[in-house]
Order: sequence, then C-alpha cells, then structure tokens
Amino acid sequence: MSGAAIPAGRPLDAYARKPLFSPAMWTGLSAAVVVLGSLPLLNLAFPAGHPLHVSAYAVALLGKFMCYALAALALDLVWGYAGILSLGHGLFFALGGYAHGMYLMRAIGRDGAYGSDLPDFMVFLDWKAYPWYWSFTEHFWYAMLLVVAVPGALAFVFGYFAFRSRIKGVYFSIITQALTFAAMLLFFRNDTGFGGNNGFTDFKRILGFDITAPETRAALYWVTLAALAGFLVAARAVTQSKLGRVLTAIRDSESRLRFIGYEPLGFKLFVWTLSAMMCGIAGALYVPQVGIINPGEMSTETSIEMVIWVATGGRGTLLGPIIGAGAVNGLKTWFTSVFPEFWLYALGLIFVLTTLFLPQGMVGLARRLAARRGEQA
Amino acid sequence: MRIAAIALILRVLALALALPAPALAADPAPAAQGLDATLLARLADTETDTRLGAISALGESADPQAARVLQALGDSRLRATADGRMLVDTGDGRAADAATGRAMDLPRNAEPVIVNNRLRRAIAGALAGSQLFAADPAVRRAAAQRLAREGDAGRLPLIGRALDAERDESVRASLQVAQASLELKSDRPQVRRHAVELLGRTDNAAFRPMLAALALPRPDGAYAEPDAGVREAAAAAVRRIDRHLATVEWMGNLFYGLSLGSILLLAALGLAITFGLMGVINMAHGELLMIGAYVAYLVQLAFRRMFPAWTDWYVIAALPAAFLVAAALGMALERTIIRWLYGRPLETLLATWGISLMLMQGVRSLFGAQNVEVANPSWMSGGFAVMNGLVLTYNRVAIIVFALLVVFFVWLLLNHTRLGLFVRAITQNRRMADCVGVPTGRVDMLAFGLGSGIAGLAGVALSQLGNVGPDLGRAYLVDSFMVVVLGGVGQLAGTVVAALGLGGINKFLEPYAGAVMAKITVLVLIILFVQKRPQGLFAPRGRSAE
Repeated sequence: MSGAAIPAGRPLDAYARKPLFSPAMWTGLSAAVVVLGSLPLLNLAFPAGHPLHVSAYAVALLGKFMCYALAALALDLVWGYAGILSLGHGLFFALGGYAHGMYLMRAIGRDGAYGSDLPDFMVFLDWKAYPWYWSFTEHFWYAMLLVVAVPGALAFVFGYFAFRSRIKGVYFSIITQALTFAAMLLFFRNDTGFGGNNGFTDFKRILGFDITAPETRAALYWVTLAALAGFLVAARAVTQSKLGRVLTAIRDSESRLRFIGYEPLGFKLFVWTLSAMMCGIAGALYVPQVGIINPGEMSTETSIEMVIWVATGGRGTLLGPIIGAGAVNGLKTWFTSVFPEFWLYALGLIFVLTTLFLPQGMVGLARRLAARRGEQA
Repeated sequence: MRIAAIALILRVLALALALPAPALAADPAPAAQGLDATLLARLADTETDTRLGAISALGESADPQAARVLQALGDSRLRATADGRMLVDTGDGRAADAATGRAMDLPRNAEPVIVNNRLRRAIAGALAGSQLFAADPAVRRAAAQRLAREGDAGRLPLIGRALDAERDESVRASLQVAQASLELKSDRPQVRRHAVELLGRTDNAAFRPMLAALALPRPDGAYAEPDAGVREAAAAAVRRIDRHLATVEWMGNLFYGLSLGSILLLAALGLAITFGLMGVINMAHGELLMIGAYVAYLVQLAFRRMFPAWTDWYVIAALPAAFLVAAALGMALERTIIRWLYGRPLETLLATWGISLMLMQGVRSLFGAQNVEVANPSWMSGGFAVMNGLVLTYNRVAIIVFALLVVFFVWLLLNHTRLGLFVRAITQNRRMADCVGVPTGRVDMLAFGLGSGIAGLAGVALSQLGNVGPDLGRAYLVDSFMVVVLGGVGQLAGTVVAALGLGGINKFLEPYAGAVMAKITVLVLIILFVQKRPQGLFAPRGRSAE
C-alpha cells in the first residue's frame, strides 16, 4: 500500500549470496567506528584546553545519540523492511532502561538519601521490602537478561495477537500507541514500584565502578558503539537473507504474499520481537549514560520522534536511521540551546517536509543525486 | 403582678414612641410578641428552683429573644430594676428591655442578676434549645448538634417543635439526627424503633454508622441494642440506606459516563469522518480541538469588551466561529499537505503530527504556555439535584445535549444531502465513486473541513469543562483514536456506541480500580477487542481484500 515510495528490491535470485556490504562500505564503516571510538580517548588523554581535547559533554552527547541511533535502527527493521509502523518503540526502549535501572538502583546500596537498603522512593512510600518483581535484580547479568527478555516477551505476546488477527497499517500504529500510553499511565503510579513520575535516578556505580568517572563513561560509550556497529551488521544480515526478502514482500504486498502460500505471522513476529529487544538494549545503554529513566520516555511524543529519525535518515536503508537519529538530535541540541521556542516549529517542519519531499530520507536523496551524476558521466 | 405587667407594657409603648430608632436593629422582626415579663422576673427570684424553672421555660420558647436573655444571664449582663423589670446591659450605659428587645438608657438602680454554677449549667442547656430558633441557620444547626451530644431525652418535644418550623434542609437533617439519637436513648423499644425507621427513611448516608452500630454486634459479641425488633429495624434501615447509596452511585456513574462519552463522541466524530473517508489518521485533530477552545476564549474576550451585557451568551456565538476557524484550517491543511500524501496513510500520520507540533507551539507563542481563563456562562453553572446526594451540573447536561445535536446534524448531513451521499460513496469505494463522476478531490476537502469544524465545536464544549491550554488536544488524542478504532469506520452508529460505551465503562470501572487503572483496563480491553473484530464494532462486510 505504501510500496510506491520504496525503491524496488533486487531481483529474487535466492541462490546468490551477496556480501553484506560492498568493500567501500566496509571501509567507510570501519573508519567511522575508529573515529567515533577514538573520541573518548581524546577526552581522557588530553587535558581540558588542549586543541585535541574532546569535552566530556560531547562524549556523553554522542553516547546518547548512539543509543537513539540503535533504537532507530530497531525501528527501521520493522518499519522500513516489514512495513509495520510502531508508535510504541518508546515503550521497549523505556522497558530496557527500567530493567537496567533496577540493577543500578540496587547498586546504590546504602548511599541513598535515607541510607536504607531500599531505594529512596520505596522508603518514601514506607515499603519494607522489595516487591517480587525486583527479586534477583541485584545481579547484573539477571538485569541484562531482563533488558532483552521483558521487551521481547511483551512484543512477542502483543505481536502474536495483533498479527494473528491481521491488524496492520494505521490500526496497528494506533494500537501500539495506546499500549504505550497505558504503560506510561501505569509507570506514573507510585504503587507500580518503579519510582512514579521521578523514575530512577542518582545512580552511583555500575559493576563496582563509579558511574560518573570519565573512564566508566568511556567504557559505556565503547560498549554502545560496539552494540550499534554489531547490530548494524546483524540487521544487514537479516535483511539480506531470504527472510529479509520475505519481510520486504510483506511490506510491499502482504495479501499477495499470503496468496502465494506464505504465512506472514512468523516472519513479522520474528522481526518485531527482534526489534523490540534491540530497542530494549538501546534503552539499557541509555540509562547509565544519561543517569535517569522516567515514564516520560514512554510518552506518545518520544515514540513518534523515533519514527521521524528513521524517516529523515531514510527508511529501509539501515544506515539512514542512524544518520537521521544523529542529525535530528544534533539539531535538537542546537535549537534547544539557541532558540528553544523554535524547536517545535523546526521539528514539525522536519515531519512535514520529510514526508512530502524526502520520502526516502537523506540516504534516498544521496542515492538519487549519485544516480543522476552517474547518468551524466 | 398583672398590674405591673400592664404598666410595663405601657411604659415600653411609651418608650417606643419616644425613642426614634430602636438600637437592636440587627434583627428587628422577632421581638414582635415579646417574652412573658413575669417569667423573666422569676429569673431574679430568690429561690433557685424557681429560677431554674424560668430558665428551662425560656429555653423552650420559640422566640429568638429568649436566647438573647439567656445569653445575657450567663454572661452576667442581665439586670433587674427595683420594679421587677429585666434589662440586658448592652454596654456604654445602654440597655435593652429583656422582654421586647427595645433599647433604652440603663437606669442607675438596675442590679446585676447573680448566677451560680448550677444555674450556668442549666443556662447552657437551655441556650441550646432556644438557639434552635435563632435566625442564623448555622447557629440552629450547631444547637441541634449540641442537643444530640447532650442526649437529654426531655428535649424531644422541643426538637419536634423546631422540626415543624424548620425549612432549611441541612438544619432539618441535623435536627432529625438529634431527634433520633435522643429517641434511641429512650427505654421504650417502640420509640427506639420509630427512631430507627425515621433515620432509615431519610436515605441519608450520615446516619449509616449510627444504625450499623445498632444492627451489628460489638466485638465482644454483645449487642448495643437489647431489643431484637429494634435491631432488625436498624438492619433494614441500613439496607435501605445502602440501596439508596447504590442507586445514587449507579445513577452518578451513568451520568458521568454519559457525560464523558459525549465528550469523547464530540472529540472523535470529526476524526471518524476523515478516517473513514480518506483512511487518514489526522494526528493534528487534537490541536483542532484546542483551537476551537481558544476561539471560545477569544469570543469571550470580544464579548466582554464590546457587549458586556451579553457576555453570558458568548458560547452561542463561539460555536459558529470555532466551526469556521477550524474548518478553514482543516481545509487549508488538506489542500496544502494531506492531499499530496493520499495512499500513504503512515506518512500522513507523520505529517499531521508535524502540523500538530507547529500548531501547539504557535498557540504557545501567541497566548503563552499557561492556561487561559474561559468562564462558564452563568446559565451553565450550578446544577439540579435529581435525588438526595446526586447533582447533575448544567454544563455537563448542556454538553450531552450538544453532543446529541451535533450527531443529529452530522447524520442529517451524511444521509440527506448530496455531499453526504458523495462522502458515503467515497468511503465505500473511492475508485468506483471517482469513475461515476464524484468530484473526489472537492469532496475530500469539504469532508476534511467538516471533520475539522466538528473538532472546533468540540473544542468549545471542552472549554466549558476544563482547562484551556496549548496541551488540551493531547489529552484527548489517544482516547479519540480508541473511539475510532473501536467504532470502525463508515458508520456513525459505530462511533456513537463506541464513545458512549467507552465513557460508561471508564466511569463504572473507576470506583473499583481508580481512575488510572480504569483507563489502563479500558485500553487493554480495546486491544483485546480488536483481536476479535479488527475492523471495529460495525465493520461493513465485504469481499474486498486490501
């Protein structure tokens, strides 16, 4: 239904295994990883004031953007390839963040304002013990399991029912929005046991390391970069595979695919759950770097903003959403510091102009320009 | 004695003629008949028992002057002259005649009437009785409550007389509690039973604890009430009150559910039309509501400045204005942006979201981020009490009626006009309609205008219920989507049933689950419901595959 805007897939030569990226692309990606990866080193190695010094703020900002980029990549997998527009990826992002946040809260130990074994907000609510769903979260690896398992399980169950009853298109988008909205209301309640509208904050340490130390921050940054690069390659592998082609077919004409004899449920469910898990990981990486997670991450606005990162960069391109997340958020950072009152106008314009004039985003534009130059040459 | 009394009255009359204006002007009416002077004289008797008798007699008098005399006696401001007249010292050498309240100079020979503690106690009790007839309802209510606490069954006749005279509902209720709680202390089971039945008949929740204490055993197993018949009557009274409370709650839920439902209906109706027609989810719909509300605010300002006398009717003028503004905005959006995105519903969703961001920020820049003040016209404030404990406020009733009117006109438009015929044709099959000559482009624009205009109308309605601020639309966004998803497209009935149903379910769940959990439950129920009927409640049956 929305296939017209998408570049036609390559011919169905199922037996030919293509390399994941072209050699030039590999080189470019490696270079990008090296450049990005060296920034925290520059921050650590050179003192402030030195021309090669990179400020801690810039490193933290880039780390945050990479988490957003990972979430955008996850969203691109479902929207760009399977045509499923989720307005609820903020939920998976926040769930991953909360799962990691539970560990970080327990790692505070008795250093909270009340000096209690329980997090401050529980002391405030006069709770005497952790609720059952907090059990074992003091173990880092269990929390990491939750980071993937909770968004994954929720996405699996929700997706199973939604895809089975063939909810698609705008309906699916709205239902995901409603789900996220319901979750936000739930997390805003103090009784839910996740800190109400303050959420989790004031983290002290992670795995025993001081969470504010520049070295810890650099390590978190590198982990994020590695996750982003790794998932980019993995997503490319998925979309290049036969399964990826079926996904593209679902996007372009689900009914026709069904008539041919495919059952789309399993394919959609796979990519949907995978995407939710990736988003959960993005959230888990985001929380220690930003130092706070609250239900605001589940708001309608946050989820739709994620979609615009993908759209601006170019849906269905994998690399585009990463660029889009960086570009839109860079713009946002600049606007909110220089013209805070104009940011919403700018964002609104980005939404309108992208959908009207850049249906394939910045990557699509670059490709079109490159193709034109190729013709002229 | 009698001669003295007549002389007194004559003297008072003379005084009344001589003195131009009575000083006790605060409440001039009640002194008309005056108190019995011989009774007053007994207050200064040498025998304490005589004085006690006079005090209690005064306490049962329905004349408000009696309360003043008793108060003065308690405060040692009552004075007796040598000829047996009683005067209330009002300070500064002035006095008021105890019998009539007429003001005069305080004679030099007036001796203070001394009271002892025993008398003081009697005065306090008597005061409560006499204050039952005070002019101020608050004083009367306080007196009734004091009597109930004192628990002197001898006051029952007095309370009975007060009840006969009382017109104020809240004071009556207090008097009934006093009466019943005194009757409950009676040692005659019939009297207690009567009291219990009386309390039950009031349908007033305030009596429930008292009655329940009689009907149920205490923790040690004994009953507070020895007589089984009375206990049974008390249990029946509790049941009666509970039944009444349940009815009130049910009716209240029904009303608030209907009210919420009609708000949702107004908010979602325009959305349903555009979604049904074009398959376009307009994320800026909430902002069109918000703009309607701001139009109401502007019209109100204009009325205040230009026609202050007509300010109460600004809402009526705001309706067409909001409709036109929102419709014009909607049509402009359709022509400039949405038209280019047909066949790409997900992109439309994003573009309209962008528009909504700009509209919101635009309103913020123009009017500020704070809420603006939109007043209810006076004919919309207040409400009528349908039954004991349930008040239907006029503004909510007005909005229910308004929603029904809007639905009626939309129905009329869709089913009995040429434009409506075209809209329905395009909703059913756009390409076929195009082929037989329906001007789909123009109809799209008009229908989008209609949907936006209805949003503007809804905005005016919302401005009468809650805060008007730039975020107003966001609050209704998810809810109105849910109505559309639940109701399905292409059917007005689906939207109406979905909106009223959602409103009702929400309000009926709230008492059990709390507002937030009720909302979450409803959202989850919708998600589950859509599993069964992905096309909504009244999906048109067809054979087409997308």
